[in-house]
Amino acid sequence: MPLDQSFVGRTYPPTAPYEVGREKIREFATAVRDLNPAYLDPEAAKALGHPDVIAPPTFPVIIAIPAAYQAVEDPEFGLGKSWVVHGDQRFAYQRPMRAGDRIECVVKVEAIKSIAGSDMITLVSELRTVEGEPVCTAYGLFVVRPETSDSEGVSTAEAKAEAKAGES
Amino acid sequence: MPRYESLAVGDELPSQSFPVNRADLVRYAGAAGDFNPIHWNERFAVQVGLPNVIAHGMFTMAQAVRVVTDWVGDPGAVVEYGVRFIKPVVVPDDGVGASIEVSGKIAALLDDNKVRVDLTALSAGQKVLGRAIAVVRVP
Repeated sequence: MPLDQSFVGRTYPPTAPYEVGREKIREFATAVRDLNPAYLDPEAAKALGHPDVIAPPTFPVIIAIPAAYQAVEDPEFGLGKSWVVHGDQRFAYQRPMRAGDRIECVVKVEAIKSIAGSDMITLVSELRTVEGEPVCTAYGLFVVRPETSDSEGVSTAEAKAEAKAGES
Repeated sequence: MPRYESLAVGDELPSQSFPVNRADLVRYAGAAGDFNPIHWNERFAVQVGLPNVIAHGMFTMAQAVRVVTDWVGDPGAVVEYGVRFIKPVVVPDDGVGASIEVSGKIAALLDDNKVRVDLTALSAGQKVLGRAIAVVRVP
């Protein structure tokens, strides 16, 4: 069943502030094996003109994905037991996220489209400091597949796992 | 750091190969808070129809942009970055794992000293990211 178009434009309340810490940035950078000094060494970051260590470009996902689940798991949305797959991800940076930032995230349902029997939801997440300074805009496209879908390969499988993980 | 006036459309960035094994995926799961079992549990991955455990799409996205951030030096120069997840990076538990081969090419010189880089990411000979585009500001 196609998703309700009236959800386009729905905006969720700001998430609780996430405090970006030097050690979390270090943990994330190490996990992606990216040891750029700008992530690890405050002096190196300052030499590049940053007030403190900055976060890698994909770090905001730590904040954006849990925020997106507000929409994906909104019972009124009616996704029910459908599977949700992460299809696209894009970030536009107003400035690098950095240690010391306290970030809140506002998620908006930007678009709902139906292509070849799959609903696609575009969520736009505005990440900003609690002082109101814009830091990053995250665009995520999520593909919804009906539970009965047995379409090929990975997407459906990944979606099932996503759904399962979402239940836990 | 590369300088804007020295760049031309078609210039290639240094390519890189990024290894990925199961330990990397476990570490990433913990760091990113994404514990989807398809990224660490082979039994589960196979049960849902995957050939094996697969890397997090966001892990692959993080690797690909390093071709840009290592080239430019300051990762804070990235003003935009997006990808489409088109194929999984399959990571077998065979003591070797997988690798992600990433290359980048300057696709456009934009205003305000911004440069558009188009990235290509391959694993096991297959393109794993589509429309992988980064925009960076250079001096």
